[in-house]
Amino acid sequence: MNRIYKHRLFWPVLSLLVLIVVNTIARPQFIEITLQDGRLYGALIDILRNSAPLMLVALGMTIVIATRGIDLSVGAVMAVSGAVALTIIDRSGSPGAVGTVFVAVIVAILVSLVLGAWNGFLVSVLKIQPIIATLVLMLAGRGVALLITGGFITTVNSEPFAFIASGYVLLLPVAFFISIAAIAAVALVERRTALGVLTESVGINPEASRLAGVRSRGIIWGAYMVSGTLAGAAGVIYASNIKAADANAAGLFIELYAILAVVLGGTSLAGGKFSIAGTVIGVFIIQTLESTILFLGVPSAQSPVFFAVVVVVVVVAQSQRMRGAIARVGDAFRKQDAPERDDEKVEVAR
Amino acid sequence: MTATMTRSEGRSEKRTGASVSVQGFFTRHSALMPTFAALAILLLLFAGAEAFLRGDFITPRNISALLLDNAYLLILAVGMTFVIVTGGIDLSVGSVMAFTGILGAKLLAEGMPVAIAIPVILAGGAVIGLIIGVLVQYFNVQPFIASLAGLFLARGLAFVVSLSSIKVEEPAILWLQSTRFSVGGWYITPTGIIALLAVAVAAFVMHLTRMGRTVYAIGGSESSARLMGLKVARTKVMVYVISGFCAGLAGLVLTAYSGAGYPRNGIGTELDAIAAVVIGGTLLTGGRGYVIGSMIGVFVYGTIKTIITFMGAEQSWMQIIVGALLLLFIVVQRAIVARSEGRG
Repeated sequence: MNRIYKHRLFWPVLSLLVLIVVNTIARPQFIEITLQDGRLYGALIDILRNSAPLMLVALGMTIVIATRGIDLSVGAVMAVSGAVALTIIDRSGSPGAVGTVFVAVIVAILVSLVLGAWNGFLVSVLKIQPIIATLVLMLAGRGVALLITGGFITTVNSEPFAFIASGYVLLLPVAFFISIAAIAAVALVERRTALGVLTESVGINPEASRLAGVRSRGIIWGAYMVSGTLAGAAGVIYASNIKAADANAAGLFIELYAILAVVLGGTSLAGGKFSIAGTVIGVFIIQTLESTILFLGVPSAQSPVFFAVVVVVVVVAQSQRMRGAIARVGDAFRKQDAPERDDEKVEVAR
Repeated sequence: MTATMTRSEGRSEKRTGASVSVQGFFTRHSALMPTFAALAILLLLFAGAEAFLRGDFITPRNISALLLDNAYLLILAVGMTFVIVTGGIDLSVGSVMAFTGILGAKLLAEGMPVAIAIPVILAGGAVIGLIIGVLVQYFNVQPFIASLAGLFLARGLAFVVSLSSIKVEEPAILWLQSTRFSVGGWYITPTGIIALLAVAVAAFVMHLTRMGRTVYAIGGSESSARLMGLKVARTKVMVYVISGFCAGLAGLVLTAYSGAGYPRNGIGTELDAIAAVVIGGTLLTGGRGYVIGSMIGVFVYGTIKTIITFMGAEQSWMQIIVGALLLLFIVVQRAIVARSEGRG
């Protein structure tokens, strides 16, 4: 029992379960899943489907955060990616052709990869603080997206493109399979090769890992490229869902929700150890909370209040747990004023 | 070893000529460099716009409007400077501004007297700042995350107050905006005076009080500041309270400016404020920066915006140019920091 309690995923999993149980008690149809025309329907399926863009962005964010970084530009990258994809489809002669959509999606994701590489260049080569380096693209990216769409909301009517977000395969939504594929790819590369360990070592102590022969520049650069690519894919899903490229609304605030998902999943913003499973659970917590708030009849504009409460509860709980040992010794107040040197360095680095 | 060599060489060269003494000035005041750079950019922008628009740009009306249109951003940037100099960041200011703005409009619409409503909204901003400060200082939450919680809280509360915009009829609030004290073609509104007062008070606090010196000391090295016996905990909470208070004040000014409270105001304004502070020469690592620099940063931002409007270019260029300018300044700062570190 004690071992379960101490597991790093204990609190995230418990929160998710509590949310699901509360929802089920409030409205039993929450866990109902119905089969209709070879497709599964239900609130839980909706959560799986709607969480796809956030899932992709949060996965990339996890890797970036593990290197002691942060990527604020993901929302803007989503906007650019959506704008690129829709503009290609719109301008082509055959918006309904699978080939057109395929090219559009590939180009959009490649553009996002380049944007991610740009962030990575600023952070790993020019050594600019991540929060500021990515702020540049966060500010400029939406402007670029607006230029691509010519300041309009481009809409398309393309069957194969809409399929990405609203289609079904084997009873389940396509978007969910994209999530699963991304999770599997990231987990395999990071956990089945040494890359994950190297990423963590760069995050825990960049200087020591450099001395130990870890090529930290390439690892950090790569992390931002992964984040950009995944954000690009998320932008395609978002655009496909609303069948339009909205440069202002696409991915608005998603960087904040993604960071929240990563933190909820137990990955520290100080970098180092990261948990992909934790992030996945964090995303589901956020999506379930969103669905709960919607069900309560709260206007979605007011939902940030709930997220604020969740953030405060989570961070305070984490900090108390961290200091549990100190509290037992006593003197909690005096020690509070003297955090360890290590913490401080991290704060400065941010 | 090489660092000491360069330094002693620089010293011996200093006696040789006037150009070297200018160099010496910048070496001694390397922290001022980015602010001078911002000032140079501002003057360049003015000169460029004047030349490009054939003398239509530098008119008393335009320059006065620059202060009027950016008064709220200036106040936000002042509060943000305090936080950034301690090495923190406050993402909540745009949302707090929206919240206090809509709260003020609502209170006034329900008949609350101005003398009570204004202190209430200023206190509202300060309380959100206090929450962020306590989270940062006493729960060891990173400023980024703590102020993110503040952002969500304030944005949500703004929509709790009202889902749509509320018009302000109160003459005292409208007076802040409509009154123009003019000399020749120049004019200034009470909102502009409030913004300039905020800059003056902040500059006074930063440079001439114990608290201001503590703010710089924390940004330089928090543990050293603590070992020196400075009141680190109190000051760190205080900078967030100041930033929240400024956001409340900005909410008041924005409500007067637009004549209404609107819960969607100020989405992304925190980034504009941060960009203005950085362009003004404040280092995001903390310890260096000037309130006056942030004022210059806001004017650079405002001037770009005006030029784009004048040229009739698409507004999307605004975001791209500000992003590019931000990048330029960061790279310049990065070079300066690298140089000063090299000198030991």
